[in-house]
Amino acid sequence: MATGKQTTIALEKGWGSKAGRNPLRKLWKYRALWILALPGMLLLLVNNYLPMFGIFLAFKDLNFAKGIWGSAWNGLDNFKFMFTTNDIWYTIGHTIGYNLVFLVVNTVLSVLAALLLNEVKNRAMSKFYQSTMLLPHFISMVVVAYLVFGFLNPDLGFINKSVLEPLGREGISWYMEPQYWPSILTVVNIWKSVGFGSIIYLATIVGIDKEYYEAAMLDGAGKWKQMTKITLPFLVPVIIILTLLAIGRIFSADFGLFYQVTMNSGMLKSTTEVIDTYVYNALLVSGDTNLASAAGLLQSVVGFVLIVSVNWIVKRISSDKGLF
Amino acid sequence: MLDNNRTHPVITIVFILSSLACLIPFWLILMVSLSGQNALAKYGYSFWPRQFDLVAYRFLAHDAEPILRSFGVSIVVTAIGTVLSLLITSALAYSLSRHDFPYRGAISLFVLVTMLFGGGLLPWYLVYTKFLHLQNTLLALIVPGLLGAFNVFIMRTYFTTSIPPSLIDSAQIDGASEYRTYFNVILPLSLPVLATIGLFTIVGYWNDWFTSLVFISSDKLYNLQYFLYNTLMNAQYLQTVADKAHIDTSSMQVQPLEELRMAMAIIAVLPVALVFPFLQKYFVKGLTIGAVKG
Repeated sequence: MATGKQTTIALEKGWGSKAGRNPLRKLWKYRALWILALPGMLLLLVNNYLPMFGIFLAFKDLNFAKGIWGSAWNGLDNFKFMFTTNDIWYTIGHTIGYNLVFLVVNTVLSVLAALLLNEVKNRAMSKFYQSTMLLPHFISMVVVAYLVFGFLNPDLGFINKSVLEPLGREGISWYMEPQYWPSILTVVNIWKSVGFGSIIYLATIVGIDKEYYEAAMLDGAGKWKQMTKITLPFLVPVIIILTLLAIGRIFSADFGLFYQVTMNSGMLKSTTEVIDTYVYNALLVSGDTNLASAAGLLQSVVGFVLIVSVNWIVKRISSDKGLF
Repeated sequence: MLDNNRTHPVITIVFILSSLACLIPFWLILMVSLSGQNALAKYGYSFWPRQFDLVAYRFLAHDAEPILRSFGVSIVVTAIGTVLSLLITSALAYSLSRHDFPYRGAISLFVLVTMLFGGGLLPWYLVYTKFLHLQNTLLALIVPGLLGAFNVFIMRTYFTTSIPPSLIDSAQIDGASEYRTYFNVILPLSLPVLATIGLFTIVGYWNDWFTSLVFISSDKLYNLQYFLYNTLMNAQYLQTVADKAHIDTSSMQVQPLEELRMAMAIIAVLPVALVFPFLQKYFVKGLTIGAVKG
């Protein structure tokens, strides 16, 4: 009896077929696909998985002379120390604050730009505007730092020398005065990312079925009504998804922006330090590996929790739009 | 009522201003690089210099070797990195796209996890320096950018949606091996997605300065962006250029350090500015493929 039952199950699952009789055979049959997948998997293993196993370093008193394994465990001391410093609190505050401001400003301006771009009737001009506004997205942050320096260079920069001086005002030592930097960084971020954002929204607008507009026009809806009653509702799901994804990344910053554009100036840290620059400076400038690993782990864990919960929310809103 | 085929003048003005805002910073540094040094010292940076002078570019031509070398490093890294990256990414994505591949779910998860969790900068740094010992090698500039999980998923989606499985079957009935199918059937049919991801990868490698900052300390291996970064942060290189060009330092003449700086930025922007108009439409297509899935 028992053996008969097993055979039926086996047959149902296809275990009797030639390729599947033995797991090793199945592995062998698809060896070519394995070999194609292998280089990529090895890269991920080295570049992404090995560092994951390194998170335990946050619980060690790392000493390069003793080596990674020889260094003593020190429990939560790295975290205790980190949270007793003032820096970490304002650093976390900046990271979240800048990200929220960037998110709101970029979304509003990108959607606005996309709506207006859609009203540009001349195709050639529309392409031209898109190109010029997209250009900053493809310029490295190093060059962006040069461009900003062109305006803010304390001795010769355009603003001090050609704007403030003719007005009879004293020049500002921009790279030493932290209070201006939240605005400067926001402007630079807008300059660099709004063109990119608007094209993503424009792609959605272009995809809207023209029949909606034709029907609306027959009913006497003007441009404004069409925009608020048709275009915007179509954009809302995209806005929600992109916003949620940005919230999932709220604990990490654009390192290039905060490091290059500020020239990593120590004088500006009280308004420009974010977790990414904090970890970098702790690790490669002051050599404080304990602080760097504790802050790094905090960032990884919070980032993970945020991304997974955001994905859960996205899936609840629209099941097919999840990240995974 | 306004003519429906004409753009509203306010919109035209808004976009002309935005386009100008995007271009003006480049114009400013171009003009600084073309300024005469005395005028610059007197009047500062301006959009229309009072005195044009190519002195900065003459100076750079004088000691072009470090710049050319960093250009070379960037070109080699970008070329090798992009080709390798496309091969590795598409090969992995192709395996994942095959519905009959028994372990595709597990491997997908393996790829996905890297998008969710990372070890942070310190462990990553230690893997490359203490474990692989790649510091101060070209490989340190190439390997970190080779594979992004997101690109794998974009390519997998392309393969599953744009290449009919029957095509793969018929190729294999005709006797093509898996590798032949991949190289001679799949890749030629996937040029749009390869071009898209390829362009992003090129831009990524070309604009990268971070891996140089972290892993490279030998000035022979500086890539262009890192070389620029160094020049902005300290004027040492500029000083040597100026000294080598036998400036008469006894006179009151100011050395053209600022023009030199901006001339270097212009030289670095030039390739992107020249290529960008031709590639722009692919970028836009790629952005929309990459950004809005489904």
